[in-house]
Amino acid sequence: MFLQNLQRVLRQNIREYGMYIALFVIMVIFTITTDRVFISSRNLSNLLNQTGYIAVLAVGMTLVIVIRHVDLSVGFLAGFLGAVTAIALVSWGWPVYVVIPVVLALGVIAGLITAFPVAQLGIPSFVASLAGWLIYRGLLLLATEGTGTIIIPDEAFNAIGNGYIPDLPLSGFLPETHKLTLLIGLIAIVLFIASELNGRRTKQAYNFEVLPMDIFILKLVFVSALIGGITWVLAGYNGLSWTVVIMLLVVGVYHFVTSQTVLGRHIYAIGGNPEAAELSGISVKRLTYVVFGSMGMLSALSGILFTSRLQSATTTAGTLFELDAIAAAYVGGVSAAGGVGKVLGSIIGALVMTSLTSGMNLMGVGIAYQYIVRGAVLVAAVVFDVATRSRGK
Amino acid sequence: MTTPILEMRNITKTFPGVKALNNVSFQVAEGEIHCLVGENGAGKSTLMKVLSGVYPHGDYAGDILFGGQVQKFRSIRDSEHAGIAIIYQELALVPEMTVYENIFLGNEISSGPLINWNETIRRAGEMLKKVGLDVNPAEKVRNLGVGKQQLVEIAKALSREIKLLILDEPTAALNENDSENLLNLLRGLRDHGVTCILISHKLREVMAVADSVTVLRDGQTICTLDAHKGEVSEGAMIKHMVGREIDNIYPRREHKEIGEVLLEVKGLNAYDLARGRPVLREVNLNVRRGEIVGLAGLMGSGRTELALSIFGNAAGYRMQGEVALKGRRRHFTHPKKAIEAGVAYVSEDRKAKGLILIQDVKQNITLASLRSIAARGIVNANAEVKIANEYRASLNIKTPTVEQRVSNLSGGNQQKVCLGKWLFVKPEVLILDEPTRGIDVGAKFEIYTLMNSLVQRGMSIIMISSELPEVLGMSDRVYVVASGRIAGELPIAEASQEKIMHLATN
Repeated sequence: MFLQNLQRVLRQNIREYGMYIALFVIMVIFTITTDRVFISSRNLSNLLNQTGYIAVLAVGMTLVIVIRHVDLSVGFLAGFLGAVTAIALVSWGWPVYVVIPVVLALGVIAGLITAFPVAQLGIPSFVASLAGWLIYRGLLLLATEGTGTIIIPDEAFNAIGNGYIPDLPLSGFLPETHKLTLLIGLIAIVLFIASELNGRRTKQAYNFEVLPMDIFILKLVFVSALIGGITWVLAGYNGLSWTVVIMLLVVGVYHFVTSQTVLGRHIYAIGGNPEAAELSGISVKRLTYVVFGSMGMLSALSGILFTSRLQSATTTAGTLFELDAIAAAYVGGVSAAGGVGKVLGSIIGALVMTSLTSGMNLMGVGIAYQYIVRGAVLVAAVVFDVATRSRGK
Repeated sequence: MTTPILEMRNITKTFPGVKALNNVSFQVAEGEIHCLVGENGAGKSTLMKVLSGVYPHGDYAGDILFGGQVQKFRSIRDSEHAGIAIIYQELALVPEMTVYENIFLGNEISSGPLINWNETIRRAGEMLKKVGLDVNPAEKVRNLGVGKQQLVEIAKALSREIKLLILDEPTAALNENDSENLLNLLRGLRDHGVTCILISHKLREVMAVADSVTVLRDGQTICTLDAHKGEVSEGAMIKHMVGREIDNIYPRREHKEIGEVLLEVKGLNAYDLARGRPVLREVNLNVRRGEIVGLAGLMGSGRTELALSIFGNAAGYRMQGEVALKGRRRHFTHPKKAIEAGVAYVSEDRKAKGLILIQDVKQNITLASLRSIAARGIVNANAEVKIANEYRASLNIKTPTVEQRVSNLSGGNQQKVCLGKWLFVKPEVLILDEPTRGIDVGAKFEIYTLMNSLVQRGMSIIMISSELPEVLGMSDRVYVVASGRIAGELPIAEASQEKIMHLATN
């Protein structure tokens, strides 16, 4: 009975759960092949920090692809704004708390500029953002031309990409582990279970289909164990890094906006059928600006995270970020046809891609083979997505 | 009866959870026009998809005999090879290609890898003559009207050696003139020995052209009627289609209470920047509270353009003139503004412009008025389900739950979802553009009844329709639109099909 239920639920929801399972399988494989180095606290912590700057881009890119566009300019925009950040901190001597909001605002403006020809003149976003790609690449070179790599000595700024959240001052209790991280993990598990129970009750009140009880419990246990496991592992090293905190915040906010708000629903409506959305009183133009503006802001954030991680701005920063972000979104189940795709999916997609890199690095696989494997995974993910699309509801 | 060219025996086709066809048998005699009628979801299209190989052999139970032989089509290619051509409701032409390229697409006249363009153009000319279409074969299909595109499709079918031509609702998008031409063409083809199967919801058309009629209901063959024995009548067909007799397809309104002018349009001109031509000229029109105003006219006469102009200039025209709502002059710059002011527009093309097909019933119903169930921008999911269920009940939308994707619903139910969406914005003026196109008799009746109850509650309805009986059956007043102008205004007592057609074509 239980196995039958499990089989049925998996078959019906294979699209939704597929990438979670894929991520899990990839992690298990690398844990075995690297003799558990992959799952070590240190490696997992690094892996998440590396995912940060791509993950925030993937979140923004999800919305861009959902409204049937693409933004190729985000990589070099991130690079360029990273350089601007460095210059403002080093040459102009601005304080961090001024630089960051200013750079984020610049990102929004850059996004709106990309959106202008798309929304106003109907130019394909591929072309408009390709122009941006060239322009920001040029601007990045200009900005770093005189100095070359700009080293940033500001410790507060560098902590964003390299630092960890402070621990609770409880000395005797659980030494060697990061208590605040554990506490946050515990709260996350409680919130998750509460929201799942609540959702289930509401659905039942409307006689909607819900998971069978045993499968539902399995899901709760599985996800709770996953959150618990990851926080436990992280707590064994330095705890949550600021990068992960920022990433979680971005994902949380975007997940909420896309799934619960009028704005989010309008964005998906435009992706599903722009003409019907327009005739339903939704301004496609305005939301195109909103989506590209948010993409620009997240590009700036990505630039800040990357620059902080390297503690410097370089002439090649941001190269190929845009393609990594797009790949993450597709692996995460975003549909190129528009209207379909979740922020959480794209984050999982980004984790899948960095896990592959990290795992293969640990195994000593050559970079050439790494590209090939990642390409194969991308194709496999999209093929899987298309093949399972006709099923599901 | 002459020998059947086609015989489908005991066809059963099941989809997960649904028996779409249940032991259907169907015979078509050589050289006849055989009409296939039935409500939406009765299985007509499924049957034709089985026949044309869209559902390959083995995917269904039963036998297909074509030309006396058992056929096992594995794909559309196979059925085309056997001489069966099918023309769908949604045209399958490439708009950016020329007429001759389209006609021979996939069937190019070539020697080796090289296409013989001169021969292609000559042959295309012949085919166009056959279907009575007078256009330059080098014209791009995009520049032709729907009626002409339909004829190009038929020319394309004829360019292959076909024995059986299947048309799925060919006149759904055509005006009366083009429909008449098309029916004449079918008669001509029949006389040249091409057998036709015609799927149609327009029963008058069926009566005009059919040699025999097969009625499907709920995936089963109900009966086959022979026109030459006088068995085909509108009443008989409807009776078999719905399994009951409908005395009057246009329900009567109990009380008519027509009030003050709600919407007034004065001297409206619109210029389509994209097409570079004017679409409306000096249009004057008004609608009163509690009134159904019919907007008749040929396809492309400017009816939809007029609706879009009133509805927040949804097509982005350059406009001049005045629109007043409840005596107040308004200038709607976006459908959003029109909706807020109490105007709603139900598009003629529910799939392309009405619904988000990949989303579910509740999301579609609340789409145009999401803010009304949101607090500080956050959608109240419970309220949404509640509202969707209310409309599901009041409009009798047949769906397992409101979480069903609308692409899985039948045409009539999709149209009801569209109506639900627009009723939820609580409009005062409701513009319905072809509200019953491509939906079955039962659903039509429900929509008419709904329209009556809406105007009785004080709403005003502007109904655009190509079906004259519908215009005459439902309206209190009729405007006829021709070439972007109001060609005439008729009180319902003075209106007749002849008068309307006269105004529309002059």
